[in-house]
Amino acid sequence: MSEMKKVVTEPVFENNPIALQILGICSALAVTSSLNVALVMSLAVIVVTAFSNLFVSMIRNHIPNNIRIIVQMTIIASLVIVVDQVLKAFAYELSKQLSVFVGLIITNCIVMGRAEAFAMKNPPAISFMDGIGNGLGYGAVLLFVGFIRELFGAGSLFGFEIFSLVNNGGWYVANGLMLLPPSAFFVIGLMIWGLRAWKSKQVEKPDFTLAPNTK
Amino acid sequence: MPANNDTISKTLLVSVSLCVVCAVFVSAAAVALKPQQLANKALDRKTNILAAADLVDPSKTVDELFDNNVTAKVLDMTSYTWADDIDPMTYDEMKAAKDPKQSVALGDKDIAGIKQHARYKTVYMVKNGDEIEKLILPIHGKGLWSTLYGFVALEGDFNTVVGLGFYSHAETPGLGGEVDNPNWKGQWKGKKVYGDNFDSAAIGLIKGKVDPAGKNAAHQIDGLAGATLTSVGVTNLVKFWLSENGYSPFLVKLRAGEV
Repeated sequence: MSEMKKVVTEPVFENNPIALQILGICSALAVTSSLNVALVMSLAVIVVTAFSNLFVSMIRNHIPNNIRIIVQMTIIASLVIVVDQVLKAFAYELSKQLSVFVGLIITNCIVMGRAEAFAMKNPPAISFMDGIGNGLGYGAVLLFVGFIRELFGAGSLFGFEIFSLVNNGGWYVANGLMLLPPSAFFVIGLMIWGLRAWKSKQVEKPDFTLAPNTK
Repeated sequence: MPANNDTISKTLLVSVSLCVVCAVFVSAAAVALKPQQLANKALDRKTNILAAADLVDPSKTVDELFDNNVTAKVLDMTSYTWADDIDPMTYDEMKAAKDPKQSVALGDKDIAGIKQHARYKTVYMVKNGDEIEKLILPIHGKGLWSTLYGFVALEGDFNTVVGLGFYSHAETPGLGGEVDNPNWKGQWKGKKVYGDNFDSAAIGLIKGKVDPAGKNAAHQIDGLAGATLTSVGVTNLVKFWLSENGYSPFLVKLRAGEV
């Protein structure tokens, strides 16, 4: 049981897919301009990683080695289409905002990476938990970045006004850069720095060092 | 590891059965959720009509507002008269646009990039007695990646814009997707479509910000930063639909009180 717990909690801080493995950055830049969107995207990714891990793990002993990536992709793609359909049916406004990004979960390296690295080697239950854990790790970063971007970019959280904007007669001049994708690079970069300062174990050893100048 | 999975027969078996299972799964979801999705689309369309006509009231439901304020009628785009025999509730314009018998081909007049449009179009009105207070016209045209579908609402003078909005498009989120930004949409309110000439629309997006003191400020809207092609597309589609090949002859008739 403790192993189950470890598999779920470890990817959140110790082995975060975005902060340590630097996977899934693309969508983290695109869908974090508001918390609502970031939250729905996180939930979608959690569902997809968990179930793709579960299904891949269930048939792992029957997957021919030479088509395993295609098999994983088929499973992931089917799940993503279903998630997209569900969002269109029950969260239409949000699905319009997420637009192509739900479809792009298919190409999210985290989903594929966990299917290949974990689910192919482990039994279904623990693979499912691993999927949830990695989805949570992704979601935690998304929500953190979304929090900062929405707060400073639009002066609101989940659409509720926190700082009253100058446009509406308040005092806060919104930082438009925060709403544009490049700002997520800065936020994620600073966050990785902070995380690695806190958990110095995560600092990677340089792949090579420059030799000193010779005379 | 059990028996060898890499034989050709096992590979085929696994791939075929996986495809069948996934196909059934995906189709079942799509079919089961379709009614809900269509209801959402219809509601979204109504919401957008109300938003373009500046009728949004959070205390009432969309259906209530729509049914109490808005009348739908089908317009014949060749004779510019009402086609009263077509029921606007059941008429499917998207389908008609694809059928050569029910559509108008545009040839070289096609500045909106749509090739043809339906002969009959559903337009919406907010009426005060017999007088039209607001006229809401469906418009569409090519942006950068996608066709934008939306509405433009005009005041009773058929020149002043009440509002504009798109309910369906797939432009780049954050750049061209800013056509959904309420601040940007808000600029359309009060702009004039026509200058001296009622045949061709003067309204359109410019590059950068509009100078409020400029000569043509009444016809100009801020361009979308970083989305030149979407801006050009929106300008062209608005110009197309409000000019002589679009609704302009109909608006001339309305002004003269002929329909």
